[in-house]
Amino acid sequence: MTAASTLFEKIWSEHVVAKESADTPAVLYIDLHIIHEVTTPQAFSLLRAKGLPVRRPNLTLSTMDHSTPTMPVSSFKDLAIVGEGAARQIQQMEQNCREFGLELLGFGSEYRGIVHVIGPELGATQPGKTIVCGDSHSSTHGAFGALAFGIGTTEVGHVLATQCLLQRKPKTLAVNIDGQVPEGVSAKDIILTIIGEIGIDGGAGHVIEYRGDAVRALDMEQRMTVCNMSIEGGARAGMIAPDETTFEYLHGRPRSPQGTDWDAAVKRWRALRSDDGATFDKSVTLNASAMQPMVTFGTNPGMVIGINDPVPDGGDEPSFRKALDYMQISPGKPMTEYAVDIVFVGSCTNGRLSDLEQAAAILEGRKVADGVRMLVVPGSQQVKKAAEAKGLDRIFAAAGAEWREAGCSMCIAMNGDIAQPGQLSVSTSNRNFEGRQGTGARTVLASPATAAASAIRGRVADPRRID
Amino acid sequence: MRPVTQIKSHTAILATKDIDTDQIFPARFLTTTTRDGLGKHLFADLRYGLDGSKRPEFPLNTAAAQGCEILVGGNNFGCGSSREHAPWALLDYGFKAIISTGIADIFRDNSLKNGLLPVVVDAGTHRWLLDNPGAEVCIDVRASTLALPDGRVVDFPIDRFARHCLVEGIDQMGYIQQYAKAVRSFEQKRLWTP
Repeated sequence: MTAASTLFEKIWSEHVVAKESADTPAVLYIDLHIIHEVTTPQAFSLLRAKGLPVRRPNLTLSTMDHSTPTMPVSSFKDLAIVGEGAARQIQQMEQNCREFGLELLGFGSEYRGIVHVIGPELGATQPGKTIVCGDSHSSTHGAFGALAFGIGTTEVGHVLATQCLLQRKPKTLAVNIDGQVPEGVSAKDIILTIIGEIGIDGGAGHVIEYRGDAVRALDMEQRMTVCNMSIEGGARAGMIAPDETTFEYLHGRPRSPQGTDWDAAVKRWRALRSDDGATFDKSVTLNASAMQPMVTFGTNPGMVIGINDPVPDGGDEPSFRKALDYMQISPGKPMTEYAVDIVFVGSCTNGRLSDLEQAAAILEGRKVADGVRMLVVPGSQQVKKAAEAKGLDRIFAAAGAEWREAGCSMCIAMNGDIAQPGQLSVSTSNRNFEGRQGTGARTVLASPATAAASAIRGRVADPRRID
Repeated sequence: MRPVTQIKSHTAILATKDIDTDQIFPARFLTTTTRDGLGKHLFADLRYGLDGSKRPEFPLNTAAAQGCEILVGGNNFGCGSSREHAPWALLDYGFKAIISTGIADIFRDNSLKNGLLPVVVDAGTHRWLLDNPGAEVCIDVRASTLALPDGRVVDFPIDRFARHCLVEGIDQMGYIQQYAKAVRSFEQKRLWTP
């Protein structure tokens, strides 16, 4: 009998081409490499300089999302709106894909979108795969029981040329969430609670497995939101064992296995769970029934509190003070006291159909407050199409929000969608770092419902108290 | 990559905790398609005010910090985005090593692949370094030690393979390519295909 293994260990061991030793890391095989325009140009240059081809073009999924405009693009002239640098990067991506024989889901494609939205949507993200991308939110794909993590551009080059990475085996961290999440509390609130609990470096060196009744009860889009922000807890990867919810989501998607291959795949996927008695290097347990809508008050995602709780007093700790000074926030008052300038709903964290539905449910029949700008950016062109089929675009427009094309947009603010210095932004994205949404911009991370409620009220608002 | 064996320098200090890669290299400069000359954007929003003038209070703008090749940062340095532009910018600016009590995983891996040395030290050593800005210290990569001016020599952990690549100047792409046959065999023998 073999020893009990964790989900992570099962996937890891199945992908080891060469075992690690004290002197050498493991050579790990990569099943799916997702690439975008921002973290690949230098990798393609390296391949060109060395005269190397892309080894497995069919295991490479290419799109453009970070620096792309969220206004419609019908010709390259339209790219002027994102600026010269971004336009050049986008054109270089098209050229690189052509030159190296990669299919690009670019502006003409109905499947273009954020890397971490389109992988699952296409069914390319599957249980048991190793998945990497030059983007730290690659942890999103772990929601399907894949081992997925972000890499740098040098490593993008390694995967393009060899389909492999040199890796040391990480440790494992079990995050157990028992009980039932109360009404009005979303997946975003769950992951923000977890990050507040373990700290932004709590998962460093570890792969997280999210477990427990509250996790099993989540649908796939909610699971993606949770796994997406694993990196904000310091963990490169976060994963959830696949189950019927996973299989149902993947069934019939364009790149999911079909016919008898599907049956064989599901049979294989059912074994992808941590065995009873498997041990984790660390574990924490949280109670879902105590959870509430969460908002950040500082300049990292670990500086997070319940929506109606007072901002804590960090005393004279210099980093804490620096964060509050930047945010122009004082200890003692809840975040609901602060006025909002801009609201962003979108990103790989919260840019899927159900996220937009949650925002629309609050906005329907209401108006965005005077002086507040609200931007709703679908995570992919497929999400856009589905949202429009449900009439969500009309709800957003009637409320006074801007409805855009798919992209990363104001999550990273490198495409012209940007907050001005000093503006307070309530954002469904994943990072409230200084300057993340524009130089001097102040970001409050929240769920789509909280963001929509804040847009209506004109200040940070509890979505459960909108009547 | 050029071999890195010894780094001797005065230290510059950025004591703030959790310095993320957005602060190290703001996203608006990510539209570059090269890895050269990125030092001018290093810590751009901390180094410069909105009007483009240098912020005199920022530690790297002080006279003492000029020419320092070792940066002592607060805990959890390099967290956040996986952008390799962060170590590229630090190297281009002139830094060769980062010392902290904690260095984020992806940033550490990206740094090692470019010859920027991540040095994780105990809280006591870190405190001493923060309290003694500009101290001249010496890092011996082969021995994995940090020598302080008061004669103390502190060990730091470093992956043995990464260290080997640093001191020999080895390109890891070439190393993985040596496994080409093993990779082909792996692909042929696996029970399912991705």
